[in-house]
Amino acid sequence: MAKGIWIIIEQSQAEIRNVSLELLSQGRILADKTGDPLVAVILGRNITELAGKVAAYGADKVILVDDEKLTDYTTGAYTSVLNKLIRKEEPQAVLLGNTAVGKDLAPRLAQRLGVGMASDCTGMEFDEESFLTFRRPIYGGKAFAQVVANARPVLATIRPNTFPIALPNALHQAEVINEMAEIDSEDLRAVVKEIALAASQRPELIEANVIISGGRGMKGPENYCILESCADMIGAAVGASRAAVDAGWIEQKFQVGQTGKTVSPTLYIACGISGAIQHLAGMGTSKVIVAINKDPEANIFNLADYGIVGDLFEILPLLTEEFKKLG
Amino acid sequence: MDIVVCLKQTFDTEAKIVLDSSGKIDSTGVNLVMNPYDEFAVEEALKLREKFGGQVTLVSMGGERVTESLRTALAMGCDEAILIQDPALESPDEWVTAEVLAKAVSQIPYDIILAGRIAVDDGSGQVAIRLADALKIPSVNCILKLETADGKAEVTREIDGGTELIEVSLPAVLTTQKGLNIPRYPSMMGIMKAKKKEIKRLTLADLGMSAADLPRKMSIMKFNLPSPRKGGMKISGEAADAAKELARILREEAKVI
Amino acid sequence: MNFDLNEDHIMMRKMVRDFAEQECAPGAEERDEKEEFPMELWKKCGELGLAGITFPEEYCGVGADYLSYAITVEELSRVDASLGVTVSAHSSLCANPIYLFGTEEQKQKYLIPLVTGEKMGAFGLTEAMAGSDASGTRTTAVRDGNDYIINGSKIFITNGYYADTYVITAQMDKSKGNRGIAAFILEKGMPGFTFGKKEKKMGIRSSATYELVFENVRIPAENLLGEEGQGFKIAMVTLDYGRIGIASQALGIAQGAYEQALKYAKERSQFGKTLSELEVIQFKLADMALQIEAARLLVYQACHMATEHRPVSKYAAMAKVHASETANMVATQAVQILGGYGYTRDYPVERMMRDAKITEIYEGTSEIQRLVIAANILKD
Repeated sequence: MAKGIWIIIEQSQAEIRNVSLELLSQGRILADKTGDPLVAVILGRNITELAGKVAAYGADKVILVDDEKLTDYTTGAYTSVLNKLIRKEEPQAVLLGNTAVGKDLAPRLAQRLGVGMASDCTGMEFDEESFLTFRRPIYGGKAFAQVVANARPVLATIRPNTFPIALPNALHQAEVINEMAEIDSEDLRAVVKEIALAASQRPELIEANVIISGGRGMKGPENYCILESCADMIGAAVGASRAAVDAGWIEQKFQVGQTGKTVSPTLYIACGISGAIQHLAGMGTSKVIVAINKDPEANIFNLADYGIVGDLFEILPLLTEEFKKLG
Repeated sequence: MDIVVCLKQTFDTEAKIVLDSSGKIDSTGVNLVMNPYDEFAVEEALKLREKFGGQVTLVSMGGERVTESLRTALAMGCDEAILIQDPALESPDEWVTAEVLAKAVSQIPYDIILAGRIAVDDGSGQVAIRLADALKIPSVNCILKLETADGKAEVTREIDGGTELIEVSLPAVLTTQKGLNIPRYPSMMGIMKAKKKEIKRLTLADLGMSAADLPRKMSIMKFNLPSPRKGGMKISGEAADAAKELARILREEAKVI
Repeated sequence: MNFDLNEDHIMMRKMVRDFAEQECAPGAEERDEKEEFPMELWKKCGELGLAGITFPEEYCGVGADYLSYAITVEELSRVDASLGVTVSAHSSLCANPIYLFGTEEQKQKYLIPLVTGEKMGAFGLTEAMAGSDASGTRTTAVRDGNDYIINGSKIFITNGYYADTYVITAQMDKSKGNRGIAAFILEKGMPGFTFGKKEKKMGIRSSATYELVFENVRIPAENLLGEEGQGFKIAMVTLDYGRIGIASQALGIAQGAYEQALKYAKERSQFGKTLSELEVIQFKLADMALQIEAARLLVYQACHMATEHRPVSKYAAMAKVHASETANMVATQAVQILGGYGYTRDYPVERMMRDAKITEIYEGTSEIQRLVIAANILKD
């Protein structure tokens, strides 16, 4: 009995996050195979216009829960609402992006529902026998596990940039259902007092398509502007290795690696980064890796698709110029 | 204040991962350490105790070697430890782990529960949050700063693109993120004293549970190792030529910019 | 006989190693180049309880065994031999004689602050005319009422200038030779007690090595350590235990240099192979590993004797001779294996080679150690 593949849509200020579009796109492909309806679930405030957008990316049905208490994401309220909806509608699968929200919401929801959850998946397959199996990295990406759920719904968070975003089809229609937010008072014990978003124009690291990172070879905080100029020329995010963060040259939030962020960009340019295994854990699934390092023996050259042995202080500005010329 | 820290022992992040003959992850000869994120939880617990007085109790699950990490945390200054060991818990999934930990934790007093936001081996980041739901208490994930007063905690939490300030009533589960604090080294005196501190061992039966209560919700079908990335080409030439060639390759061949 | 370290030792080694690698190693090269004393790191060592490992809890010590101390000095020296000797000299050469020979009042006043690391200690035995031959001691101490008056100078004193507390030897009656020597406790700042030359050294350059100058330094009689005429014995016993510290320092240098060589040999390729695949290099590495293993066992054995309060002299001497000769061999070979790179400051092995040399000299030269061993084996 086709019950539905649900995508929990992440939105902020009426903008849908890319990872949700990736999941809708892949969800559409999946739904076509399983015969389930693809359902987009959006929680928030004043979110009615988003229904059209998710329909364009393949949703057959859109469940909107528009409530003041859901304006900003909170663990308790979102868990409460989704738990009740899922128990009512009994979807086969519920997918979320492995974002700050997904990492927080999915485990709580899974426990509330009494089901398992596959975190940070980099692959998803359908077959008649197992229904959905997921590929997920373990040990910092040094190994992968193929996992399957024994309970329903199947719950998983998917790593951003894993699936491509399909071209939207404005003609695709979806049934819109408005649901009331049912929130247990017990779930309102954590209150968001303030949200401080960095004023950066650059893309968020975990979703960025292109990342330029600097490591020990940057030699000091004052040199990151060279990296930033290059990044801004191609709309890239800026990252750093642990060495640079520990030296106090750049904030922790820019760290890519086992004890930093895990990223999966199309292009990762590593400057002055030796390529320690813990750094690899954070960027090893990048599609293309470029290394710029003056040490020809640096480990990073063993995994970079393209490398330049040279002085990054010389190369980066020149590269920035070349990117500018390409337009 | 009664502070509980959930601690996991994991492979050292330097460990080379190989599969044994049955296709499982081989743990022979692997260096085991306290999950690095749990170190922040232990340190924060000790700071809370320094400020408010009270007790720090560690709770963990696993084999005999886990006592090494528990001893390290005891040497850092924690007061006592509970280790849940049972043949039925050989490779539990996150739901099972949360259920068992919840049972154990519910038997001791707690004002605040701290745990690392993620374990570096499974990379799941689920158990602590699940534990909170099982205990029916609030959770805040990924904390960078913690202040407590009058039965409430004010925490700064990391979110994508910034931070959030959250006020949460205690008891609650808080998961720790890098940047929260700098974990202390155990002192020599701490190491000597750790021997005398208790590690209480509990089986499922001691918790009033049995294997039948804990069916797996997820199964691992197989493990595989990634095909190793290989080094590609090194672009040679003068800096200006190399930069030009790289830009060209990225645009025309790799098509990534 | 158990050759494995127990749980505590393993934890201690890990703690000191983590501290050494994260906090001490990064600046070691710079401190060596600038001859900059590691004052901040010394204070952290005190906070971690590394300044008074073997002393009992009653004097605020850790109450651990000699093996714990050896492991500590080894791990510090593995990344920074200067810091290793700073801790070792403080503990073995200053705190220890006060512990072994001091009165209760002296222990309360001087030992406790040394053990907690609040104060730093040094030991002044060596003089221009009294190196291996302590009977050449020219510094004098004369009783004057309730005081002693000290005149003279000491050279090559580790932790000099920075230390607060000094155990020094002085001749009170030349006619009695070594039996005329007495030991005293001095404090930095006592009138007449100043510091002279700071030595510019080949190695352990961030360890402070200073001349001590005594010009009519008046000290209360209570600052006599042990009894008049007991000074030479105090010095010899102190050095016996101190040799375990230096042997550990040498072991640490050897271990650090060896690991550098091993790592480099696995990464560096010449003639189409990594160096580690070339038999010539394999033999060198094997010899290095073997000598280090033997040195380690000798150090551990000496620790066992010390902890058990059994005669330590021969074992400490053996450990020191072997460990120091091993450190020199291993560090030199490490430079050799790293070749041209090893000779530059980009790699730490040249510093380790320079650091290694002193371990064959201070706290009793290898020649003296051999005499000590011979005296021990021939006496029965």
